[in-house]
Amino acid sequence: MIPAEFDYVRADSVDGALGALAEGGEDAKLLAGGHSLLPLMKLRLAVPTVLVDIGGLDELRGVERENGGWRVGALTTHATLQDTDELGVVARAASLIADQQVRNRGTIGGSLAHGDPASDLPGVLLAFDGSVTARSGGGEREIAAADLFQDYLTTSLGADEVITTVNMPALEGYGWGYEKFTRRAEDWAMVGVVALVKASGGGCEDVRIGLTHMGPTPLRATAAEDALRGGPLDAERIAAAAEHAADGTEPPGDANATPDYKRHLARVLTRRALESAAAGAA
Amino acid sequence: MTPYVGQAIRRKEDPRMISGRANYTDDISLPGMLHAAIVRSPEAHAAIVSIDKSAAEQRSGVVAVLTGEDMAPDFASGLPMAWDPPGVDINVPDHWPLKRGEVKHVGDPVAVVVAVDRYLAVDAAEDVIVEYDPKPVVVDPEAALEDGAPLVWEQFGTNKTHEWAVGGGDVAAALEAADVVVEQRVPNHRTSGAPIEPRAAIGEPRAESLTLYSTTQIPHIARLLLAGMLDMPEDKLRVIAPDVGGGFGAKLQVYGEEALVLALARRLGRAVKWTESRSEHMTTSHHGRDQIAYVTLGAKRDGTLTGLKVRIVADLGAYMQLLTPFIPELGFPVMGGCYRFDAIDVHFTGVFTNKMCTDAIRGAGRPEATYWIELTMDKLARELDMDPLELRRRNFIPKEEFPFETKLGIVYDSGDYHGSLDRLLENFDIEGFRREQAELREKGIHRGVGFSTWVEVCGLAPSRAVGPQGVGLQAAFWESAMVRVHPSGSATVYTGTSPHGQGLDTSFAQIAADRLGIDPENVDVLHGDTDQGPWGWGTYGSRSLSVGGEAVAKAAEKVQAKAKRICAALLEASPDDIELADGRFQVRGSPDKAKTMAEIAFAAHVPPQELPAEIEPGLEENSFYDPENFVFPFGAHACIVDVDVETGKVQVVRYVAVDDCGPAINPMLIDGQVHGGIVHAIGQALYEQIVYDEDGQLVTGTFVDYALPTAAEVPSFETDRTETPSPVNSLGVKGIGEAGTIAATPAVTAAVIDALQPFGVEWLDMPHTPMRVWNAIHGHGHGNGHGPPSLGEHGMGSAGSGPSSPDEGGAP
Repeated sequence: MIPAEFDYVRADSVDGALGALAEGGEDAKLLAGGHSLLPLMKLRLAVPTVLVDIGGLDELRGVERENGGWRVGALTTHATLQDTDELGVVARAASLIADQQVRNRGTIGGSLAHGDPASDLPGVLLAFDGSVTARSGGGEREIAAADLFQDYLTTSLGADEVITTVNMPALEGYGWGYEKFTRRAEDWAMVGVVALVKASGGGCEDVRIGLTHMGPTPLRATAAEDALRGGPLDAERIAAAAEHAADGTEPPGDANATPDYKRHLARVLTRRALESAAAGAA
Repeated sequence: MTPYVGQAIRRKEDPRMISGRANYTDDISLPGMLHAAIVRSPEAHAAIVSIDKSAAEQRSGVVAVLTGEDMAPDFASGLPMAWDPPGVDINVPDHWPLKRGEVKHVGDPVAVVVAVDRYLAVDAAEDVIVEYDPKPVVVDPEAALEDGAPLVWEQFGTNKTHEWAVGGGDVAAALEAADVVVEQRVPNHRTSGAPIEPRAAIGEPRAESLTLYSTTQIPHIARLLLAGMLDMPEDKLRVIAPDVGGGFGAKLQVYGEEALVLALARRLGRAVKWTESRSEHMTTSHHGRDQIAYVTLGAKRDGTLTGLKVRIVADLGAYMQLLTPFIPELGFPVMGGCYRFDAIDVHFTGVFTNKMCTDAIRGAGRPEATYWIELTMDKLARELDMDPLELRRRNFIPKEEFPFETKLGIVYDSGDYHGSLDRLLENFDIEGFRREQAELREKGIHRGVGFSTWVEVCGLAPSRAVGPQGVGLQAAFWESAMVRVHPSGSATVYTGTSPHGQGLDTSFAQIAADRLGIDPENVDVLHGDTDQGPWGWGTYGSRSLSVGGEAVAKAAEKVQAKAKRICAALLEASPDDIELADGRFQVRGSPDKAKTMAEIAFAAHVPPQELPAEIEPGLEENSFYDPENFVFPFGAHACIVDVDVETGKVQVVRYVAVDDCGPAINPMLIDGQVHGGIVHAIGQALYEQIVYDEDGQLVTGTFVDYALPTAAEVPSFETDRTETPSPVNSLGVKGIGEAGTIAATPAVTAAVIDALQPFGVEWLDMPHTPMRVWNAIHGHGHGNGHGPPSLGEHGMGSAGSGPSSPDEGGAP
């Protein structure tokens, strides 16, 4: 519960943060809201030598509608997302993260960069086919969600990169459902499912299903999506499609859930999330 | 004037607590204070081969690095264990604050680092290199009793710590006479106290003496025992329990760290602080429960109970702490619940395992006893095809028969079990519920109700019953109070209890205020400092009000009697004619002739001429009170749950509690204790479990894994009370601090089982995690092993198959 010794730099600009990161080398870490990193440091599971605090960079905060999509500043807190109803399922998912104290501090960029497959927002970004804009000394690049999450707590972000913006298509006309299964309200998801459905003429024009904590990274339930897309959008088809939600997954077991139980949950929660999404899409 | 007793007065403690002005041990910083960090074993059982301190010692700012061998001269004896029951041998191993030779559980302390700040101390502790030679580990108490099991302590040749038995009537004949006999194996799993404030201790040297600041529930006991460990006169040790942020029994202990900071302060001549991290709390503050009962219950076809036999295996962990082997036995007085039996027979077997010690956690033995009798009653009702409440009614001890001596020789003081159940059913419409339940089932919603009609024993004292010649605790349990009225008429109450969240500053002030004729605002209640006020036994076991509060009443009455004598002298009246009414001491029949307490108190301190010389100056009195019996609170609870049968998730949707703790001193404080107690029990029933894996590694070492419930997990509770006075004390009061915890676990479990009747689920072991419930619904065994609950589906739950040894009881 006492972190190891570290140096601390408070950045006054993104460039300043990038400079401090480069100077700090491999064991330098960005500090945003701190609600993923600091607990790991207190348990000494993370031992950064220098923390580069970007918490003061107001230019990285805010939610903007732009070119048919959303540009969300990386330092936007979960609390802000939660209060932005227009964000739909993103607001909903953010509202279920931990507790209000954590949501007041935790940020979308920090959550995505941390890459915890049990966290809410990575699965949401993946379902949206969203992306992050990352900047380094070498310039800016956009990383698609599908490429961002590499492994457990591992992303494709370089040690010298800072996420500046999170980009999501608006997905106008999509209905959504979000099902998060926890023992306690404040827990990480045992399994979580985000479903986005676009209906047309009683059929399913498009569907995207993101799975949380069903593997070392967030996943798309592609078999279930394929089973539903292009066909009728009724309870029977939804239930049949949901049966494929866990196909091919190898979820990690723990003291409260075996892999088989988690696959079962994924099927149940996918059906429920799809039902909500279909109702919203109708 | 309405008496203050009985009013829902707001807690006097709250303004300082909720505005951040409380003074907790970790808030205290002393000049030149050093900080200690402890090197703990990552092994569950191992020989210590070597300890390399050199790197840690070389860090700048490190003052000392000391091992168990280094500190051997500091301690005259190891950590104390206070139970020595007549005629029973208990295997008690050495238990040093720092281990010498071997470690016996994960977290066992092997060295201490003292440095100028806490960060440095923790860093340096990581530099201490300890080489271990691992030894075989045993974590399952029943496996530990089998031949060939690895031995936690080789010198005893067994993992059995002791056996203890108690009985009354011929249980074999009683079960023989039964038409129906049900048997059930009922585990009650290991939990943590998990107070919001972890432990902390500061040792401070002063000239010839030492001061200990500690998060303790028992400052006076700690002083006595720690002085012995440190081989110093008791009067040279002062123990202060500042504000203490909850205990739940986890601070009813004498811990090695307390002895350590004192020994370090003595060695180094500087104050030394140690503050527990949450991870350390989960690992090395004592755990509770962890018992398995094999319950056999017999009844006639009409439901009349005949006999009860209970065989208990108690996992005590690796060492004996203050009350470790006694805690399971503390359930025995209420093993038969609210019911009459022809015979009861109870047998305990204690077991060593390579885990942290168990000891008192809220309820301490009584939640377990209540859990197994209530759930076995439900099982019997199903067997008899009888309404479980009707079965209870037929067997309740009737209210006319109190005081009632049970077959175990325990005298229940007072009770009205029919009355509390009737009151419960006024608040909860069972017939309406059954209709609603049936309708909801049609819609796929599975709602269930569970009941608990409970009685508990509390108010430790009485010394004769629990002391050396009674059940064998090497202590007495009277309580003390001193009431001092100051010259201006305000008062200070010193209590030997040591409240740490109960609200006793408020309830004791109410008791004193009524007797002194002043406002509770003008009564301060002081506690937790062995240099202030009389000796006392502390706060635990729901004893503070019925023992300590009665002592306050008696001391205040002595003050009142003296005040009347002074008043009589001042008014030239007879003391017998002085009455306390409307906050004034007045001559009976002449209310215009009166004095206030302020006037009397001033006269007591600055005596006027008319005060006779034989009245001593001053206005303060002591009282020492040792009751003649325990007190027995009781009540009836109903828990309503919804089970999502697709996922197995259980949600408590309604909870109705009727409790009877005698006349209320402060109904709001009672509600607070009942609410907290129920949450504690819902925690055990649905969420919390200390889990060790088969290698003795603690799996649930943080609040991520050890799932304490929060406000979001529980409904708004509906509470009601009946008031049946206890004849034991003048206030008529019984305890309430543990009642919810004792009552609620069986109600929750019974509710889940009731909800799952359409699936043929007859039994579930706690905690009812979603996966285990889902497994039970879908017939994957009971899904309820008593070890790690998870990774397999090996259900243990074979009802009634007794453990190998304890049936042949060897205890007297």
